[in-house]
Amino acid sequence: MIPSIPRPRAVRLIYNAYVALFFFYLALPLAVVAVFAFNDSQFPSLPWEGFTWNWFFGDERPMIGVFHDRSILRSIGTSALVGVCVAGLSVAVGTANAFLFNRYQFRGRSVLYVLMLLPLVIPGIVLGISILVFSSTVANGLWDRVGYDAEILRPGLVLVVLGQFSFVTTITTLVISARLQKFDRTLEEAALNLGADRLTAIRTITLPYLAPALIGAGVVAFLMSFENFNTTLMLVGSDAPLTITMFDRLKEGSTPLLNAVSLLLMVGSSLLALVMIAFQRR
Amino acid sequence: MAQGTKLGFYLLLTPLVLWLGLLIIIPHIDMALLSLRERVGVGEYATSLANYRGFFGEPIYMWTFLRTAMMSMLATVVTLIIAFPVSYYIAKIAKGRVQSVLFLLCLVPFWVSELVRTFGWMILLRETGLFSSLLQWTGLADGPVEMLYNDVAMMVGLVYTSMLFMVVPLVTMLESLDDAVIEAGYDLGGSGASVLREIVIPHAMPGIVSGSIVVFMLSLGNYLTPTMLGGKDSLWFTELIYSQFIVRFNWELGAAFGFMLLILSSLIVWVTLRLTGQTLEKTMGS
Amino acid sequence: MTPDLECQGLTKQFDETTAVRGVSFSVAPGSFFSILGPSGCGKTTIMRMIAGFLEPTDGDIRIKGKSMLNVAPNKRPVNMVFQHLALFPMMNVADNIGYGLRRKGLGKSEIARKVGEVLDRIGLPGIETRKPDELSGGQKQRVAIARCMVLEPDVLLLDEPLGALDLKLRERMKIELKSLQAEFDTTFVYITHDQSEALVMSDQIAVMNAGQFEQVGSARDLYYRPKTAFVAGFVGDSNRWRGTVERVDGNRIALRTADGMLIAGATQGAPLATGSAAEIFLRPEAVRVAQDAADLAHFDNRLRGEVSSLLFNGAASRILVRGESGPEIEVTLPQSGEFANLTKGAPVHIGWSGDQTACFAAGS
Repeated sequence: MIPSIPRPRAVRLIYNAYVALFFFYLALPLAVVAVFAFNDSQFPSLPWEGFTWNWFFGDERPMIGVFHDRSILRSIGTSALVGVCVAGLSVAVGTANAFLFNRYQFRGRSVLYVLMLLPLVIPGIVLGISILVFSSTVANGLWDRVGYDAEILRPGLVLVVLGQFSFVTTITTLVISARLQKFDRTLEEAALNLGADRLTAIRTITLPYLAPALIGAGVVAFLMSFENFNTTLMLVGSDAPLTITMFDRLKEGSTPLLNAVSLLLMVGSSLLALVMIAFQRR
Repeated sequence: MAQGTKLGFYLLLTPLVLWLGLLIIIPHIDMALLSLRERVGVGEYATSLANYRGFFGEPIYMWTFLRTAMMSMLATVVTLIIAFPVSYYIAKIAKGRVQSVLFLLCLVPFWVSELVRTFGWMILLRETGLFSSLLQWTGLADGPVEMLYNDVAMMVGLVYTSMLFMVVPLVTMLESLDDAVIEAGYDLGGSGASVLREIVIPHAMPGIVSGSIVVFMLSLGNYLTPTMLGGKDSLWFTELIYSQFIVRFNWELGAAFGFMLLILSSLIVWVTLRLTGQTLEKTMGS
Repeated sequence: MTPDLECQGLTKQFDETTAVRGVSFSVAPGSFFSILGPSGCGKTTIMRMIAGFLEPTDGDIRIKGKSMLNVAPNKRPVNMVFQHLALFPMMNVADNIGYGLRRKGLGKSEIARKVGEVLDRIGLPGIETRKPDELSGGQKQRVAIARCMVLEPDVLLLDEPLGALDLKLRERMKIELKSLQAEFDTTFVYITHDQSEALVMSDQIAVMNAGQFEQVGSARDLYYRPKTAFVAGFVGDSNRWRGTVERVDGNRIALRTADGMLIAGATQGAPLATGSAAEIFLRPEAVRVAQDAADLAHFDNRLRGEVSSLLFNGAASRILVRGESGPEIEVTLPQSGEFANLTKGAPVHIGWSGDQTACFAAGS
């Protein structure tokens, strides 16, 4: 069933309709979330009470908009901070991994490669609890032996960053490796031949070539961190990232405020995605 | 020079080893050890299988465990069945601009938090939701209809959440199938069904396997969708883990649960790879 | 006798462009028919219409007298060897060859027997369990042909199957393909842009350009009696000049080139009028070289010049000769070796018969 194989009209129509239906299914929940962000009502549901911007800019009860809701704003800041940390760390380690697997043949390489892939097949919540368990073991050990209370090993942002980093790094490694594999190593040799030393050759030739993958991996890492829920849920302390704050609000009952936040998230991540695509194109 | 590369090698190896060692391997060993610990008195512990006995001895735990596994498999199969024709359409029928636009559209939900996606389904399905209002408006129902908090709603959410992870590997795999190979199948007398069975599906197998593994893992480890969309009596195994850790503060039992989940997922991934003759490197590493 | 394949007024229109424009031809049973043309001339489009992967805008395709217009590709008695062969990578050789037989619903043992037989015929017995990527280029080629021939099609279509092979192997496969065709005694329709493939293997060749057939004939016809300027230029090498017709006498003409050289020539196709612009084609091997002008007295074109380049290529060695005026002329050296010591700058006499040239009205 490719265009060059003749098909009855009815079959083609049904197939097209199926695909259209699929995209409708894909778009429906997101569209609904977006639309109800503008409903002038306490509930994100019908009936439609009229259009309003209050869920974004309102500053009076009962309609406090996103931009005046302190706790939401704070958690957006927390998420952004966590995201930047995770992106930076995982891109750095991912780049090192990519070079290691691409440039060196060593004993245990294939075992390490499989281990590197493992976080993809560990449920996020299990990753979360295992890190929680281990960090508590270490913290308790420190307290028992030296009487030092290692605050950073207790649930909180540091653990959230580490937890997310632990599986995001696999993704960044794969993204960067894919690009590095396509790199023509004779370019580096040419640089050496023209008088550069090894590090200079990598800095001036290889890294610029990798730049789109590094940026792409960074954006993906940031977004994965920003929207991560499972791992974060197990490791979070008093400073909650956005997804956790929204989850708590959602459990209490939803207002169009959540729609407004969601819409902003959609716009934000689409913009980031577009930036990334623009970079890949170059 | 040789010394330089050796130094470089260890410099590159260190972050990998630290990452895998401190954040993946040792924590899991520690979790396994914790699950083997039984509290026998205040601050006194003994090594035993008590937590696992507790798990196997309590029907509700076993039942939830098996149910979660079955439902995750079901979600995987449903996702595959829905995604395959769409992926085929994107890879082989749509051309040029339409193709890349459709592919990007598939990625859009991924760029949005799972929470937002789940929230969207809640707005659609709940008693005061859109579908309910629609049914009343058309006269198909006389009162509000609750479509949330049941297994079907949860399944819709699970499938929706993981759709992308099935579509992307399938599209990648199907795109790499040369049109001429499909044409050759027809040219030699094949019909749509036999070309699909003997040529398209065998070729797409690595994509099917990797997509299925990821979707299964995501469903199995999902917490949000079952909590928000599932019913009160349709417990998900991750909810048990969460409640042992955060609510009951029984970390030993929670760790045993976590370990069971890990064993289950590894086992199913391993069996799937075995049955289809694939390897983790081949399916995930691309 | 009904031709195996017959196309009538075959036309294919893609949105704006017409890829194939009113092409008609027929292929006699058991013959090797080639369509030769530059890339983009529409030859692949014709082949895909015959196979059923494209629907003609107009015209008819008949195989053994039956119209194929509303027959699905999997129901047509033609099979195709694809450009990159399209062997099924997920199946071994036996399953590849047995694929079409399974579709016909043959029993397992019969399929195995037929696969074994056809592998014997292509000279590759016992490779049933190998995978396509374990075969060499030439073996893949033969398996792809066997995969079609085992179905005993009325017509086998081959879409530039030698394109991906390296030069040496391509030379060998040309001969092998021809003998396979004789062995199976099936009609082959072969498309290529490589003239030597077409010339060596075919009984009949259609030269195609811009969606139309320029000329259909044997290799010899095309080479020695081209009907159009395109054929003369595309098939074989030629010296090629433009000029104005000064005199016409039957099919003989005299033509003056832009730089003033007067050449006696002959028209092969349409007659030319005095004063019209024309192109003249002269094969390098039609030109004689001599040390002494007297040896060339019987030619109506004679020229004195010096060797401006030596193009040594074994038996196909040539020289470029520059006369007092006019362009360089490419001349094939006789294989007798009498000019083996020719050096650059040496004075030579050359001459050729006007009958051996081909003149056509100059196109735009």
